[in-house]
Amino acid sequence: MSTNEKPSKKPGEVDTTGHVWDTNLEEYNNPLPRWWLWGFYATVVFAVVYWILFPAWPVGDGFTKGLNTVTFTEDGEEVTTHWNTRSLLARDMQTGTQAVRQREMLETVGAMEYDEILADVDAMGFVNAYAKGSFGTWCAACHQTGGAGVVEQYPNLRDDHWLWGGTVEKIEETLVLGRLGYMPGYRESLNSDQLEEVASYVLSLNGYEMNDEAVSAGAEIFTGELGGCFQCHGMDAAGRTSQGAPNLTNNIWGLVDVPGAADDAERVARVASYVSGGVQRVMPAFSDRLSPTEIKVLAAYVHSLGGGQ
Amino acid sequence: MKHESVETNAGLLVILTLAVISIGGLVEIVPLFYIDDTIEEVEGVRPYTPLEQRGRDIYLREGCYTCHSQMVRPFRDEMLRYGHYSLAAESQFDHPFQWGSKRTGPDLARVGGKYSNEWQVQHLIKPTSLVPESIMPGYPWLASTPLDFSDVEDRMIALKRVGVPYSINQQELEANVERFGEETAAMLDINQAEDNLIAQAQQENFDGDPSFISEMDAIVAYLQVLGTMVDFNEYSEGEFADFR
Repeated sequence: MSTNEKPSKKPGEVDTTGHVWDTNLEEYNNPLPRWWLWGFYATVVFAVVYWILFPAWPVGDGFTKGLNTVTFTEDGEEVTTHWNTRSLLARDMQTGTQAVRQREMLETVGAMEYDEILADVDAMGFVNAYAKGSFGTWCAACHQTGGAGVVEQYPNLRDDHWLWGGTVEKIEETLVLGRLGYMPGYRESLNSDQLEEVASYVLSLNGYEMNDEAVSAGAEIFTGELGGCFQCHGMDAAGRTSQGAPNLTNNIWGLVDVPGAADDAERVARVASYVSGGVQRVMPAFSDRLSPTEIKVLAAYVHSLGGGQ
Repeated sequence: MKHESVETNAGLLVILTLAVISIGGLVEIVPLFYIDDTIEEVEGVRPYTPLEQRGRDIYLREGCYTCHSQMVRPFRDEMLRYGHYSLAAESQFDHPFQWGSKRTGPDLARVGGKYSNEWQVQHLIKPTSLVPESIMPGYPWLASTPLDFSDVEDRMIALKRVGVPYSINQQELEANVERFGEETAAMLDINQAEDNLIAQAQQENFDGDPSFISEMDAIVAYLQVLGTMVDFNEYSEGEFADFR
């Protein structure tokens, strides 16, 4: 009698699989649990139904498209395609509850004048909700979430200090056309003393106590031919929004970190180095990326951030 | 074959196991190579210029893909945030593609032209200076490291071997002129790769210093072209659905 011959079955005992390892190691061939077996059959049935309804099997240079269809409208005509996520998206953009509601609100706001939008609670509610995403996507990269900008780099949109005008129409113009902010550097036309004098004059306009001699010399450069600063900033240094030239008298510092300076000498040095180097800044145009209505929503949103005029 | 002989032969078991588990992958992937509708027919998609390609190499080297996907999916919320969903055609010259599924940072499939070059440069040097809440690390060395483009021809030849239509002889150049137009075809000529790379870096001046060709030039050139090749105004909404 060989050693790996199966022992005879006792009553109530199940068969083994018939495999024998290491002389006498065997495994029982218990039946699969019923619930599991029927669950397995159900997945098989599900797969077959799925193959019939949805795109599934590659055939030749195409594939079985399934019986399911998606219908959406294109150029006023109904288009029916086999089920696919691109058609689903097209349908969702046209008839989805949220998309329809959003489109209705965009159309409503798009047809309103700015003063109506700004006065209307519902419209502003939509503007705030929509622009939160839109501003976050397009504007916040520079102007920051919330619009407070970055000192020395990107303008703050929450205060009433505007380079190009703070009326809602001007904000829209800025969004549509973009802006090129440019101030020439004066390192060639002014020497370092003269740069400091201009800096002292500008700081004195903002309430800083400066050396009187330097201030009057700086005023001469500012308002005279040598500096010619007045041509953009105005004789009173109150700025010109037509040039994107900021008001230099309101003690708001977007490009020079004057409040961060330790003492007068550092303040003068910071302003002087800025006048010496000049600046060039670009606000991109959004007319080719956003629809007129989206620009309108953003303009109303920016206007409402706190500084709108 | 008897079951026992499989179970008692480790080598055979490994081979048969690999064969069985590869079926799942094969039936999903292989048909895509011969189904006509896999790659959409759109105008404008071209291989990367030498500078963009080197930028892409840096993108891979720095592991940007571990946090950024390049695949806008066809959902309404993604379209509102990122723009038109990605097409297979748009990554047909990517080896390997950068679709990804892990978004620690935002999707970059349509980042091209969204921000200025200056913004990209500053953001890469120190992201938190522009986005205070950002957790992206800075890459300041890109601006100070000269771009190594001594092997750019070899890299293009390697890509050519896997099917990217860079040209190396007159015949291929002419085929590219036919397919992409004269200007683009010249950029795809392997023989002119180095000159093209230098010219593009100097002309478009991505990092603000035309005299110094840095790795920053390359990666910004790459970022600025992402997702900009297809003009979606040319196509209707349903057109791409035919390809799925």
